Amino acid sequence: MATFAEYIAQNEERDGIRFSWNVWPSSRLEATRMVVPVGALFTPLKERMDLPPIQYEPVLCSRATCRAVLNPLCQVDYRAKLWACNFCYQRNQFPPSYAGISEVNQPAELLPHFSTIEYVVQRGPQMPLVFLYVVDTCMDDEDLQALKDSLQMSLSLLPPTTLVGLITFGRMVQVHELGCQGISKSYVFRGTKDLSAKQLQEMLGLAKPSAGQNRGPQGAAPPPTNRFLQPVQKIDMSMMDLLSGLQRDPWPVTQGKRPLRSLGVAMSIAVGLLECTFPNAGARIMTFIGGPATQGPGMVVGDELKTPIRSWHDIEKDNAKFMKKATKHFESLANRAAANGHIIDIYACALDQTGLLEMKCCPNHTGGYMVMADSFNTALFNQTFQKVFSKDVQGSFRMAFSGTLEVKEIGTGGTSQWKICGLDPSTTLALYFEIVNQHNAPIPQGGRGAIQFVTQYQHSSGQRRIRVTTTARNWADAQTQIQSIAASFDQEAAAVLMARLAVYRAETEEGPDVLRWLDRQLIRLCQKFGDYHKDDPNSFRFSETFSLYPQCSTTVQTRASYYRHHFNRQDLTQALIMIQPVLYAYSFNGPPEPVLLDSSSILPDRILLMDTFFQILIYHGETVAQWRKAGYQNMPEYANFQKLLDAPQD
Amino acid sequence: MNVNQHTPMAPPYGQPQPGYGQPGYGQPNYAPLDGGYPAPYAPHNGPASAYHPGIPQQGYSSFTSFPSKAMAANPISDPCSPLDLGPARGPPTSGPPPVQAAPQYNQHSSGDIQNGPPPVTQAPPRPPASMQYNQGGVNMSAQQPSFPQHYGPPPTMHQVTNQMTGMHISSGPPTPAGPGYAPPPSSQPPTSSHYGGTPQPSYSQSHPPASSAPSQPPPSSAPAVSQQYYPSSAPPSQQPFNSLPPTSQQRFVSPVQPQQTFPPSSSSSYSGPAPPPTHTSSAPVTQPQQPFLPPQPPFSSAPSGQPPAFTAGPPPPTQGSFPLQAPPPSSQPGSFPPPGPPPSSVASGQYPSSMPPPPQQQPPQSQPPPFHPGPPPPQSQMPPTSIGQSNHQPPGPQGPPSPTGPLQQPPLQQGMPTGYPPQHNGAFGQVRSPQPGYGGPYPGQPNYGAPAPAPQAQKRLDPDAIPSPQASDMPPVQKSRHRIDPDAIPSPIQVIEDDKAKTNEPFTTGVRGQAPPLVTTNFQVKDQGNASPRFVRCTAYNMPCTADMAKQSQVPLAAVIKPLATLPPDETPPYVVDHGEGGPIRCNRCKAYMCPYMQFIEGGRRFQCSFCSCVTEVPPHYFQHLDHTGKRVDCYDRPELSLGSYEFLATVDYCKNNKIPQPPAFIFLIDVSYNAVKSGLVSIICQELKSLLDHLPRENPEIDSVIRVGFVTYNKVLHFYNVKASLAQPQMLVVSDVSDMFVPLLDGFLVNVNESRQVIESLLDQIPEMFADTRETETVFGPVIQAGLEALKAADCAGKLFVFHTSLPIAEAPGKLKNREDKKLIGTDKEKSLFQPQAGFYNNLAKECVTQGCCVDLFLFPNQYVDVATLGVVPVSTGGSIYKYTYFQAQSDQERFLNDLRRDIQKPVGFDAVMRVRTSTGIRATDFYGSFFMNNTTDVELAGLDCDKAITVEFKHDDKLSEETGALMQCAVLYTSCSGQRRLRIHNMAVNCCSQLADLYRNCETDTIINFLSKYAFRGVLNNPTKAVRDTLVNQCAQILACYRKNCASPSSAGQLILPECMKLLPVYLNCVLKSDVLLPGADVSLDDRAYLRQLISCMDVAETHVFFYPRLLPLVKLESGALPVAVRDSEERLSKGGVYLLETGLHLFLWVGASVQQELLLNIFGTPSFGQIDSSMTSLPVLENPFSQRLREIIESFRAQRSRYMKLVVVKQEDRAELMFKHFLVEDKSASGGASYVDFLCHMHKEIRQLLS
Repeated sequence: MATFAEYIAQNEERDGIRFSWNVWPSSRLEATRMVVPVGALFTPLKERMDLPPIQYEPVLCSRATCRAVLNPLCQVDYRAKLWACNFCYQRNQFPPSYAGISEVNQPAELLPHFSTIEYVVQRGPQMPLVFLYVVDTCMDDEDLQALKDSLQMSLSLLPPTTLVGLITFGRMVQVHELGCQGISKSYVFRGTKDLSAKQLQEMLGLAKPSAGQNRGPQGAAPPPTNRFLQPVQKIDMSMMDLLSGLQRDPWPVTQGKRPLRSLGVAMSIAVGLLECTFPNAGARIMTFIGGPATQGPGMVVGDELKTPIRSWHDIEKDNAKFMKKATKHFESLANRAAANGHIIDIYACALDQTGLLEMKCCPNHTGGYMVMADSFNTALFNQTFQKVFSKDVQGSFRMAFSGTLEVKEIGTGGTSQWKICGLDPSTTLALYFEIVNQHNAPIPQGGRGAIQFVTQYQHSSGQRRIRVTTTARNWADAQTQIQSIAASFDQEAAAVLMARLAVYRAETEEGPDVLRWLDRQLIRLCQKFGDYHKDDPNSFRFSETFSLYPQCSTTVQTRASYYRHHFNRQDLTQALIMIQPVLYAYSFNGPPEPVLLDSSSILPDRILLMDTFFQILIYHGETVAQWRKAGYQNMPEYANFQKLLDAPQD
Repeated sequence: MNVNQHTPMAPPYGQPQPGYGQPGYGQPNYAPLDGGYPAPYAPHNGPASAYHPGIPQQGYSSFTSFPSKAMAANPISDPCSPLDLGPARGPPTSGPPPVQAAPQYNQHSSGDIQNGPPPVTQAPPRPPASMQYNQGGVNMSAQQPSFPQHYGPPPTMHQVTNQMTGMHISSGPPTPAGPGYAPPPSSQPPTSSHYGGTPQPSYSQSHPPASSAPSQPPPSSAPAVSQQYYPSSAPPSQQPFNSLPPTSQQRFVSPVQPQQTFPPSSSSSYSGPAPPPTHTSSAPVTQPQQPFLPPQPPFSSAPSGQPPAFTAGPPPPTQGSFPLQAPPPSSQPGSFPPPGPPPSSVASGQYPSSMPPPPQQQPPQSQPPPFHPGPPPPQSQMPPTSIGQSNHQPPGPQGPPSPTGPLQQPPLQQGMPTGYPPQHNGAFGQVRSPQPGYGGPYPGQPNYGAPAPAPQAQKRLDPDAIPSPQASDMPPVQKSRHRIDPDAIPSPIQVIEDDKAKTNEPFTTGVRGQAPPLVTTNFQVKDQGNASPRFVRCTAYNMPCTADMAKQSQVPLAAVIKPLATLPPDETPPYVVDHGEGGPIRCNRCKAYMCPYMQFIEGGRRFQCSFCSCVTEVPPHYFQHLDHTGKRVDCYDRPELSLGSYEFLATVDYCKNNKIPQPPAFIFLIDVSYNAVKSGLVSIICQELKSLLDHLPRENPEIDSVIRVGFVTYNKVLHFYNVKASLAQPQMLVVSDVSDMFVPLLDGFLVNVNESRQVIESLLDQIPEMFADTRETETVFGPVIQAGLEALKAADCAGKLFVFHTSLPIAEAPGKLKNREDKKLIGTDKEKSLFQPQAGFYNNLAKECVTQGCCVDLFLFPNQYVDVATLGVVPVSTGGSIYKYTYFQAQSDQERFLNDLRRDIQKPVGFDAVMRVRTSTGIRATDFYGSFFMNNTTDVELAGLDCDKAITVEFKHDDKLSEETGALMQCAVLYTSCSGQRRLRIHNMAVNCCSQLADLYRNCETDTIINFLSKYAFRGVLNNPTKAVRDTLVNQCAQILACYRKNCASPSSAGQLILPECMKLLPVYLNCVLKSDVLLPGADVSLDDRAYLRQLISCMDVAETHVFFYPRLLPLVKLESGALPVAVRDSEERLSKGGVYLLETGLHLFLWVGASVQQELLLNIFGTPSFGQIDSSMTSLPVLENPFSQRLREIIESFRAQRSRYMKLVVVKQEDRAELMFKHFLVEDKSASGGASYVDFLCHMHKEIRQLLS
């Protein structure tokens, strides 16, 4: 056990990967019988302090259908300067630059602890990052001011070469031209009419290569800019002015109405603008909204305040008249953005709902963030937003753009590719594998299954990088080696994997069915791996490795899409927290300790802190509350109480 | 003419008259006379016969358009109606007497005609007409063969000429015609015959030579001949005429000569008074015709009624004129022969021909023989023949001098020919009734022909070869026709000056049915119960009681209303009346507003509506006791009870959506495409707007205007500007989605100028810079207006858009247009489509604009076709204006544009207006012309209404009117003032009603009629071929005049053209309308120009249409401060090589410099001693320190100040290229595009009239 646990931890630490099963059943049938599929939670950009990027490019398998990257698991013939691809068994010559290779002079990618390695692509232009702010102006002045402050702050955090753009919207959508002298210019679009990228291109005058506007080629390939997206270093002043000059949407809102908010068109224009200017370059559309879209494509509710926004009840009854259309609109936007490698973030701050359900696919499909708060004037938003711009030790953003994840497997399904527009170090993907071996077929050669993850992405510095993670697991015959397979079960990973699967199914199927499905899966798992004696309910016993799983499984009931969004992208620990909140107890009786999620945990002299990932609740026990009311915390003699009160907030 | 006539005539006339009188009066007398004439004529006829035929035919032919009936032409003014005709007739009858008559005539003519207003008008006009007509007539005369004899044709001719000459001179001729003629007239044919006669005479002359030709004259040759005739005939005619025509001419001459004093009399006509006596005397003489006289008197009186002038001749005038004519003829014979004949002969010839033919024929025969009557007989046939003859003959015999004469005659002959081939001359003129008699007399007159014809004839004829239409025939003919003396036809200048002279006290509006002074006269108005003529002018101040009468007369019943007209400083603007919360007091049934016509009854507790007779309670707060006359005691304290024009404060019930309106807004939309930037336009506009914004309209000069402003620039996308006061810099909002226009901002788009001044100035400074490098050449247009409209909608206010646009909007957008200028369509049935908008888009847009109260003013700066017809739809439908600056160049056009812009922005304007015209039961407003939109048949909706916009309203009967109550109309305009106040402006107008046509004809205003007819015609081209429109116009006018002739004029020879005094200028003005670029474009007139003019005219008031159609031409000789020099007529003839002239049309201003101008003038005006050094590209005169220069510049400035559009000064040097453009405005001349000269047209008109009468 210990070995497996250590093994798992080590693997996660080194490669950012955890498998539900660390020993794989050797055939499809067996795999199916395992109930919990063979899957992995993979964090492509797991932060590795010890991973210096390598300044050359990866060596690829020469077979056109394979193109696997040279890795530590390959067999290498140092004398013949040959290596064998461990996926397709093709023998490949080393490139000329590897002439000096020998057993003692191995390139980094052959060193075992470089099972994850990062290359920096030298070819091609270095694309600048693009940050396009899409800002709702239909909010009260206080909120708007806070938002403006946050945006201005963010400008100062951007690398100087970053291209920024600004789109504001309310009743109309304005695309601001940047760096104008004197009169500030913006292009205005009505909020009720969607435009294709081509139309937009014409209307913004981008059709003719905006060369007219771009001046000064200061090199071979000046970063392409246009009037709407310009380097922050060049226009930061005017951008600051623009932002500070932002006014609340001037169109009058009569009583009993919601402001007309053209969110759908604004996002469409943002997507279109990037689509026709920076396709396949790293770009981030940061959308800040103060309420639901109330007109045009993507509207989720009318402007009559008396008609409330759709509820789950309405949705279940198919009574949300705007939902389908809106969802479709945002889905198509998401697809377009994803196709071009652009990220869409949504920062929604409003007391009421903002229609994230319809928009969820935007961040989901593009790897964007979705942040929900009550107001832009809250610490929650502020800090979250700042966190977005946090930097790693090298001063680079902890974010990556326009990524492509490629998975090469042996013995399983071959090669697959996904596009992940936005990645950050905690982005974790759940991958479910299918064992394709036929039942009773022999265990594949070598007895190990190998998987290679190739993640190409644009680093926040503008470099294109390729991170390659290669890992392998043993095969085992499920019939004969069921024990070892069971022993390799990673219940935490499995719980998250199953939860994600459940969420996925929840989105595509009816809610109750999903719950039933979850239950059934659990029962089957128990049947398979549990020890019990017939007719003796008390005899049921799980091996330790399975002990946590059922509990988690039953709490997978998050429904709001916001939660699902995060659930789908956060790493395992966070996901687990989401599944099962953590409850810490603070008391005078000792250091904080985790306690059971149970009402029995509430004690008068305790302070409970519950971390649900999204919210942190602090519960003061009855006594503590009385103390606090009595103002003990303010008396010097009760400084310890003061400390206790403060403790959870740190 | 004069000369010829004079010498000979004078004596003869004098004598003749007596004779005439006798003969002339009773036709019978005439007959005798004729008989007498015949003799004289006969001889002449012999020769003359040639004339007639020749002349008439030619005349007509020349007039192509007229040709058909060339005959008709002669007629001239009404009172003197006889004018042209007159002469014709006169001559015959008077033929013999003529001699005496002649002298008298001269006097008479001038006198009678002059006396009565008629004289002048009548006499002069007619003569000319007659002249021309004669030509026409001549042909006609063909029919008249018999006439010849009657003809006194020669005399008619003479008379005509006389009249012509005399006319101008004064009615002289007419009078002659009148008295003498009149009688004959009764026999109408005679008149015509006269003409015929006259012409014939001339012809005869020509013919004589032609006589041989006569054989030719026969139809076959006719056409060609006619043509030839004209030219050739002219000469011959002269000669022949001399003998025969002379008479006619003589008459003219005589009148002329005498006239010279008289003729001038047209103006002198007044001098006429004196003459009148003579006339009178002559009249008496003619009196034989007395029978006629009586009738005439009435007429004359009627006509005269207006003009006190009549006093002397009043009755006589009309009649008198006739008589005079009659006498004149006789006298004329003597005097005329020389001068008159040619011209008159021509005219008369034609006329007579048409008219006289039948009756006269016989007599004519006698004459004919002499003339070549043979040929002319049948008009058509005749003319040719006659022409042929004349031509043949003329050329040969008459030689050069005669040519002119002959020419004229020929035309006449043409007319004649048809009638009386053989008798041509005689036949024609006399053809109808008198002929026999005339024939006699005329023959006697031959003398005239001989002497006078040649010389005068030429003169007169020359002016216009003319027979307009039938160019082919024309050439020769035309020239021949010239003979009609332009001085003898009604002169606009004369009429204008006369009106000025008689207007020396303020015009008070209290008297129902009183026609105001002409628009060309300066006068003060005192509102005493009817609206000032500055607000309302009517075509008729005495409307027919019944629809039948109205239909019979064909006189359009219309009012030209200029609701917000600016008044001169010495007149009080309408008072504002507040009736309190209940709103204005109105009739319960028809909703007419309280006005002076309301009758209070039952002690003041109720009032009876004078429009619909409904009785309405007087609200308690409005109650007032009545005095013993039944008037309210407070009548004079309340504008609405004592004035014709006033305003009511409207209550919220009168507001859109029952909301007090927001202050209006002005939005400036500026094209910033390549062309606009490059021409400097954008800079100019921006620069100017900076200062202009301080001059937005306001009612109280002490207070800042409440009008808000907004700015948009555009090419194929639109740029809105946020100029909110709180901004440091303006913001530009680009809307590139033009397919579905919207306004991108609300707050900050429309701002108060003072609050946002800095931002606005910053914006206006930056706009030219921002687009300095633009390469965008495409523009949109529909979205531009939509943008302004949406902005006003968003702001919930009315307002005005100022759109500055350069090119055809071809960029992809709603309202995109394609270039459809296709000159090949001009003149075809498809031509009308070019005046129609390309698509329905702009019509719909216009409708939306009107609903919102969004008025659009369009400033165009095209370098090529921009499709004004389509772009103008919205401006025209919203009460806006279009300004067009083709090939705009900053340097030369800036001044004009900026002045227009300044005025356009500053002028008082109302918004969101609805106009409703209510009328007495029995009549109804049925049609409206102007810049507006109508959703139903009664409400004229005007998104904007400024002080320069006039609306012409046509009325039709739907029941009978009563003479007692007259006809009332009340025009109520509900509008939002520029200060945002909702008001009602009320104009009341009461006119008389009549059951006698004569009353109608006595109280018409030709300028207003022309205003109506032009608008009617210009709208007509939208749906009809222009040719059809022109024909309709001519036809309607002919009917108007024919109706007069038939029902009102004293009987006279048909050859006489008799015009109502008030309408004696109708032909000349109508001709100007017909020749306008819209109806008869020259090759250099673009489709855009035509569409532009068409739309421009639609909202002009009477003064503007007047000067537009008949430009003011001032000789710059001595310039005295205070008074303007007397204008001269719009004809090249009037220009002296040694002079400098100023011509204004309300749109153009020319300074024409003669080639041999005096050096002193040059120095005074240009500061240069040499003609060659004048820079014709200058647009303003150098500022020189001499009185002349100062005064001239003052005059120019005052002209500009009078017009709603700035006139750029164009200096035209004689014989320069630019002179062509200038000549275009000499509207009495034949135009390059084929428009007839005045003389020709008059002949044609006469012919038409005669045709209607026959």
